Amino acid sequence: MTTETAPGSAVPATVPDASGHFGVFGGRFAPEALMAALDELTVAFTAAREDPEFVAELNGLLRDYAGRPSLLTEARRFSREAGGARVLLKREDLNHTGSHKINNVLGQALLARRMGKTRLIAETGAGQHGVATATAAALFGFDCTVFMGAVDTERQALNVARMRMLGAEVVPVQTGSRTLKDACNEAFRDWVASVEHTHYCVGSTMGPHPFPMMVRDLHRIIGVEAREQVLALTGRLPDAVLACVGGGSNAIGAFHAFIPDESVRLIGFEAAGDGVETGRHAATVSGGSIGVIHGMRTYLLQDDEGQTIESHSISAGLDYPGVGPEHSWLHDTGRAEYRPVTDAEAMEAFALLCRTEGIIPAIESAHALAGALKVGRELGPDATLVVCLSGRGDKDMHTAAGYFGLMPEENDQ
Amino acid sequence: MSGTGVTSAYDRARGEDRAALVGYLPAGFPSVEGAKEAAVAMVESGCDVIEIGLPYSDPMMDGPTIQDAVHRALTGGARLADVFATVEAVAATGAPTLVMTYWNPVDRYGVERFARDLANAGGAGLITPDLTPEEAGPWLEAADAHDLDKVFLVALSSTDERIEKITSVCRGFVYAASLMGVTGARSAIDTGAPRLVERTRTIIDKSGSGLPVGLGLGVGTGAQAAEVAGFADGVIVGSAFIRRLLDAPDARSGLDGVRALTAELAEGVRAGRVR
Repeated sequence: MTTETAPGSAVPATVPDASGHFGVFGGRFAPEALMAALDELTVAFTAAREDPEFVAELNGLLRDYAGRPSLLTEARRFSREAGGARVLLKREDLNHTGSHKINNVLGQALLARRMGKTRLIAETGAGQHGVATATAAALFGFDCTVFMGAVDTERQALNVARMRMLGAEVVPVQTGSRTLKDACNEAFRDWVASVEHTHYCVGSTMGPHPFPMMVRDLHRIIGVEAREQVLALTGRLPDAVLACVGGGSNAIGAFHAFIPDESVRLIGFEAAGDGVETGRHAATVSGGSIGVIHGMRTYLLQDDEGQTIESHSISAGLDYPGVGPEHSWLHDTGRAEYRPVTDAEAMEAFALLCRTEGIIPAIESAHALAGALKVGRELGPDATLVVCLSGRGDKDMHTAAGYFGLMPEENDQ
Repeated sequence: MSGTGVTSAYDRARGEDRAALVGYLPAGFPSVEGAKEAAVAMVESGCDVIEIGLPYSDPMMDGPTIQDAVHRALTGGARLADVFATVEAVAATGAPTLVMTYWNPVDRYGVERFARDLANAGGAGLITPDLTPEEAGPWLEAADAHDLDKVFLVALSSTDERIEKITSVCRGFVYAASLMGVTGARSAIDTGAPRLVERTRTIIDKSGSGLPVGLGLGVGTGAQAAEVAGFADGVIVGSAFIRRLLDAPDARSGLDGVRALTAELAEGVRAGRVR
C-alpha cells in the first residue's frame, strides 16, 4: 500500500485504519457473535493479499476463468451524444457471469477455502452478485444460499433461474421492503447461526470491517487495468472516471487506482428513481444523512428517528438505502463527486447505447452512461471519459421490454 | 447506594437463592398502551427487570417473532416518544427498566440527548446488541454522565480477551447470548451456554466487579428457565412473551397469557436452584 495523500484533503490515502474506519465512516457495528469471525477474516485476508501463492491463484482465475483483463472499448457513435467527448467503456460486462461481481467473488471464494469454510451465502439485488457467488460455489464445490428480496426475484427472474441452475438455493425474502436491504438482513441472520462453516460473501463495499476494504481491494483491478489501457490508448490520463453507485463496488474498483491522480475527476452516479425531490429514490449521498446500517457508519436514507427509508429505483442493483463507507469518505473529503440520475435518464442512456454501439448494458450501468452524457456535454470534445460498464443487460430485458413497450402482444392479453 | 437498580434486582434474587427473571417486550406492541399494560403485568407477575425494545426498521439480529412484533409496532406508528413513555410507565412500578436497541436510532437522536431523556423517563440504561465496546465511546461517556447501565453482549464465539474487554465496560449486568443465532424461542438450551457463563464469571471474579451474568436467546418455558437458573444469575425471555400476545384472540386473553407465562418462568427461576 502507498502512503500518498489523497488530493483535495489532508487525509492519508491509506484508508481504512486498523479498525476499519474511513475517517468517521465504516467501522464495525455488528453483534458480538460475529466479532471473532470478522477478526479471523481480517487476519486471513490481510495475509492472503500479501501471499504470492494466493495472488497468483487469484490472478490465474481472473485471467483463465473470468476472462480478464476486460476490454476498454471506444464508444464513437455514443460519444456524439455526449458532447463529442471521447467515451471509453471499461467492459466489465464481458467478464464471465456478465458483470464486475466475479472479481470479488473469486477472491472471497479462494479465501473461504483457505479458511476451511464449506458454504457460501450472499445477498443480491439484481442477482448479478448472486449469480457470481453461485458460479464460484459451483467451481469450488461449496454449498450456496442466496438471499434475494421477493420484489427482486420477480423483476430479475432470469437470474433466479441462473442461480438455481448453478446449484444454489435462492431464498426470496418477504420481510420489510422485500429488496436488497432486507436480503442483507436475512444474510446476516443466517451468518450469525452458521458462521462456523459458512463464509458470508458480501457483494459490495459495505458491511462491517473488513468487508468494505476487502471488496474494494478485490475490485481494484478494474481501475488498475483501465488506467494502463487509457494511457496506452490516449497517452494521457482521462479527465474523469464515471461509475454507477449502489453499494458502490464497481465504482470503488474503478476509482481506486486513480485516487492519487489529482487531475482525474471521480464521479459516482446514484439512482435518483423518480427524482431526489420526490422522495422516491436511492440517492444515498445526494439525499441521505449519516447513520449506521448493516454494520457500517455511512450515508443512508433514514427518517428523523433513524428508521431506514425504503429506496426506489428501476434498477434492482442500485435499490439500496446505504452506500459503501469509502464513498461517504470520498464525498466528504471532496475527492469524488456523487450525482443523481433518474430512472428516465438511465433508461434513455440504456436505449442509446444499444442503438449506437450494439451493446446492451445493465440498467445499473446505464446510470453511469447517463452521467457520461451529462459530463461529456459539460466538458466538450476535448475531454476523455472512462465509464465503467459494470454489467450486461440481458437480465434486464423484461424490465426494458415493459418500459419501452416492446411486447405489445403481451399487453393485449 | 450500593449498585444500580438492575444490580440490586439481581442481588435481591441472589439473596432469595434464585435467578433474576428479565422480560423483554417491544414498545408499541401490540399497541402503545397495550405494551405498557403487558410490561406492567410482567412486573406484577414476577419479572425482576424489564427490557423495552425500541422498534427498528432493520432488526438484523431478530428472528421472525420479534420481527413481526416490531413491524406491527412501526406500522402502528410507534415513535421514540412512545418508547420513553413506556419506560416511564414501567419504571413507575419500581422495576428497573432498560431499553434494548439497535444503535442507529440512538445515534440519530443524539447519544447525549438520548441518555438524558432515558434518564428523565426513569430508565435504567441500554442493552446494545449491535454495539461493541470498540464503537461505544460516546455512549460510555453519556451513560456515565447520566448514571445509566451499559449492558453489552458476550457470545459463544467470544474469546476470553474479548469477554474481559466487554465485561470491563458493562454496568448492570452482562448479557450472555446462549446460542449462535437470532432471537426466538428454541426447543433446547444450547449445550455451550453453561460454559460461556462459567468463562464469563471467571473473568468477572478476577476483576472483582461482581457483575451479574444474565442469559438470553432461545429461553421460552419454565423448564428452560429452571435449567438456565442452575448456572446463570438471570434468565432473559423475549419472544415467548410476544408469542403469547400474537396468538391470543383478544387483548385480555393476551394479557392473561403473559401473566401465566411470567408465573411459570418465575417458578422456573426458583426451581432451578433446588437440588
